[in-house]
Amino acid sequence: MKEIHYLRCRECGKKFANAPLSFCEECFAPLEVSYDYEALRRLANRDALRDRAFNMWRYSEFLPLPDSFVPTHAIGGTPLVKSRKFAERVGVKNLYFKNDAVCFPTLSFKDRVVATALVAARRFGFDTIGCSSTGNLANAVAAQGTQQGFETCVFVPADLEPVKILNSAVYGARIVRINGNYDHVNRLCTQIADKFRWGLVNVNLRPYYAEGSKTHGFEIAEQLGWELPDNVVVPMAGGSLIGKIAKAFCELAHLGWVEPKQVKFFGAQATGCSPIADGVKRNLARFQPQKPNTIARSLAIGNPADGPFALRLIRESGGWAEDLSDPEIIDAIKLLAETEGIFGETAGGVTAGVAAKLVEQGRIGRDETTVVCITGNGLKTIDAIAADFPVQDAIEPRLEAFETLLEQHLQRIASAQTEETHA
Amino acid sequence: MAITIEIPTAFRRFTEGAPKIDSGALTVAEALNDLTAKYPALSRHVRDEQGQIRQFLNVYLNEDDIRFLDGESSPLKDGDRVLLVPSIAGG
Repeated sequence: MKEIHYLRCRECGKKFANAPLSFCEECFAPLEVSYDYEALRRLANRDALRDRAFNMWRYSEFLPLPDSFVPTHAIGGTPLVKSRKFAERVGVKNLYFKNDAVCFPTLSFKDRVVATALVAARRFGFDTIGCSSTGNLANAVAAQGTQQGFETCVFVPADLEPVKILNSAVYGARIVRINGNYDHVNRLCTQIADKFRWGLVNVNLRPYYAEGSKTHGFEIAEQLGWELPDNVVVPMAGGSLIGKIAKAFCELAHLGWVEPKQVKFFGAQATGCSPIADGVKRNLARFQPQKPNTIARSLAIGNPADGPFALRLIRESGGWAEDLSDPEIIDAIKLLAETEGIFGETAGGVTAGVAAKLVEQGRIGRDETTVVCITGNGLKTIDAIAADFPVQDAIEPRLEAFETLLEQHLQRIASAQTEETHA
Repeated sequence: MAITIEIPTAFRRFTEGAPKIDSGALTVAEALNDLTAKYPALSRHVRDEQGQIRQFLNVYLNEDDIRFLDGESSPLKDGDRVLLVPSIAGG
């Protein structure tokens, strides 16, 4: 069957045949995958999904895949958790967490994008694949790349959390640590992709990679009973995911799978790296790049590739962007864990905390349906909160010792309550 | 005094394949002007209709994005490298 996807410039609209190419040769703006939507309408059928497993491949028609593609791994298909206690705490009725902290195989939404990027890498005949990464992407590339038999090499900032480096090394991927921040790593990778015949998933394979993010959005719509939410709160690093969720919603509406709706898109960043949120708040025509300084390393991209598009989408949708200080991020991680049993990484703290802030500001209505995207697992960023949970003294394995401990605990609670009453 | 302007592959179809040029420019703006004076076909790819550097073209002076320095007014010294990177990707 004739391929229905191709590359298209996001600025000037020029079309390109499928190739490992990430920017327009005319205006140098990023390319994205587009589709012959009339053909897609004939090809895709919502009822057919009934017989498919709940993972990202159930939306295959909407992804840049060859006809011969056979999925091997159940990637995606993560829970949409209806919030009770967190929602009650912030004072809203219909709040959901889309929980990619439990995405297979490496516990972040990056598993989705790597899955579509590696299909493209295979198609274009690359032997060696890699990425520039703040950590989660390196984990996902390492796991899927080596498993699929590619030579795999990931580039990360030298000061990345040791856990994230280990989580790439264990799969047998080669790791290149760079003295510099993510933006330095990224620039180097752009030069590497220019010189070597390597498939760097978020550089020369970026249009195919980014399409995988749409499945996060498709799942949200399906899990809401084929309805779109009123609001989505999305973490922003490179600014791609927020646009791809919007694209997923548009495609579903265009094909008549959901009722069209003006969904408000809200972007979440850490104050220590908030070029897009800053652009929204100061109503800038172009965002100003920043030098990142935040515990939310996975969001620490000071020069976001899709920043201009994220800025535009947030404005046009009627949404907003907010940011959170490092202490606020830690508080939000704890609140999410205590109220919903979800241990999100620092970026998860950012979105949860920003969602609470937006409700407080009145930007998210109390009766509206809101989805908050949790994109990575807290086990990957334990360094950020370890100091808040000091190791406690051990007790002897005797019942008396436990009773003494319990008594001390109850006394502490009682004195805390007394202090509260007097305060 | 000489500085080098490094040209990415995507631009080389406008530079007769040259990967870099030398220049005696004293600022980043002068360096870009030298480049586009030598290869006029490159002009519209470097600057937009308002004369601003295109939004998706990133200009670096050695290791730094010029937006962290003095932008196009950033002064150059002997041996500096000006690097053009189209549409930074990543994320």
